[in-house]
Amino acid sequence: MHPFTFIKAGDNNTAIKAATENAASKFIGGGTNLVDLMKMNIEKPDKIIDINILPLKEIKKLSNGNILIGALVTNSDLAYNEMIRNKFPVLSEAILAGASAQLRNIATTGGNLLQRTRCYYFYDTATPCNKREPGSGCSAINGYNRIHAVLGTSDKCIATHPSDMCVAMAALDAIIHVQGINGERKIMFSDFHTLPGDHPEIENILQKGDLITAVEIPALSFAKNSAYVKVRDRASYDFALASAAVALDINNGIIKNARIALGGVATKPWRATEAEQALIGKQVSANSFKDAADIALKNSKELKFNSYKTELAKRTLISALNKIGGIA
Amino acid sequence: MEKKSESSTDEIKTGSTRREFLEQVSVITAGTALSVSLKAAKLPTNRKFYQEEGTVEVSFFINDKKMTLELDPRTSLLDALREKLHLTGTKKGCDRGQCGACTVLVDGKRINSCLKLAGMCEGAHITTIEGLAKGDQLHPLQTAFLKHDAFQCGYCTPGQICSAVGLIKEGHAKTDDEIRELMSGNICRCGAYQNILEAIKEVQKS
Repeated sequence: MHPFTFIKAGDNNTAIKAATENAASKFIGGGTNLVDLMKMNIEKPDKIIDINILPLKEIKKLSNGNILIGALVTNSDLAYNEMIRNKFPVLSEAILAGASAQLRNIATTGGNLLQRTRCYYFYDTATPCNKREPGSGCSAINGYNRIHAVLGTSDKCIATHPSDMCVAMAALDAIIHVQGINGERKIMFSDFHTLPGDHPEIENILQKGDLITAVEIPALSFAKNSAYVKVRDRASYDFALASAAVALDINNGIIKNARIALGGVATKPWRATEAEQALIGKQVSANSFKDAADIALKNSKELKFNSYKTELAKRTLISALNKIGGIA
Repeated sequence: MEKKSESSTDEIKTGSTRREFLEQVSVITAGTALSVSLKAAKLPTNRKFYQEEGTVEVSFFINDKKMTLELDPRTSLLDALREKLHLTGTKKGCDRGQCGACTVLVDGKRINSCLKLAGMCEGAHITTIEGLAKGDQLHPLQTAFLKHDAFQCGYCTPGQICSAVGLIKEGHAKTDDEIRELMSGNICRCGAYQNILEAIKEVQKS
């Protein structure tokens, strides 16, 4: 592992200042992804800034009904929180569908937003990877790309975003609170993660020194009618091959509003707004769900080993819609 | 066994001997030599390990005993336990958070010690497999693992037991399927899962 200096930040400003001063610094929250990547010599920070004593561990209800989740709230504490379970089951289910109990006990909300891909070539330092070494090429495009993305890809990178939590947050229109060297700001979830394009090494719009302080989940009455369905190679403790986060507002069998996001098939947490629009005003039926799934995957770009993902993602989405729509 | 204070005689001159190592391993494989192994685990308390620049000093409580270490910042909690404190009951499997062999309890919560930097554990109360028994009396899960033959080679067992302690405390697993799901972070290559499940259920009921 690359050597680094280790400091503890006592307050947000100290943390941000320390991170701004050193180009190769990293905040550490849970560290479940970062330490793993450091062991593999993929992440090579010179300075680790431990932020675990910062007061970012609360889940609270704001006066407008929104829920504010501190960046250091662990995945376990978030998933088992009563407010989240009751009002946003999709978020609780998504988190519990990811990792293991031990990892969820350390992994944080802020860190989960910054999880890096599980592309084999990203992890294999013997092979070229544009995300790991910009300009070196993509080994996956013509390689074994079974786990790779069919949506949001570029000719530089087809790596999937690995997070389950983020798929639910994309569906819920979460707002990311960030504090940086120039003060605080809020970022819409859909703007936070970037597509690979020509720069797959850039994965979000954070600037040097930016500290994620919280994630806000806007109140959404029909989010209580939501679910997360995940398909993977084994029944537990694996990354998604396809997943769907879904919420439906149904009145007398008619869909008034819908939220859909997909995981495991895209280069970022994938909101399917066109599919949502297609459902509004439709009856809850197998046909309307199938139409929405077709729309959600209409831009699927298949490669040699991942072509199955188009159909898998459609069926995963339909399964989630059926569950929420009450279709057996 | 009697508790020794920090300033008492349990300083060791050299690294863990093979005998000490084997005695500790015997807790896991036989599950019967616990008192012997705890005596053998002479914990270095007054010793500084790394004096070079850029080290990190951390004080934490390992099995209720305060320890202060000066470490290379890269040291994982797992390596601090095994290599510095010679508590080799906690096992290194994958060293990447995938197998669960290194599971310990930090402030009562089960975690993968391989992915936790030791420097992040300031003030933490850490319980390892060596800290579960009360003197000669095994922890109920240790007894249940023996009774139900919940292991074969035993390598994953300390992690399985610490994980099960965490699982029972968390209280989310009510059914067999839920126990299996919430124990999925612990891999057993011998495939003792059914017996591990039975051992956990027995302790849950009691």
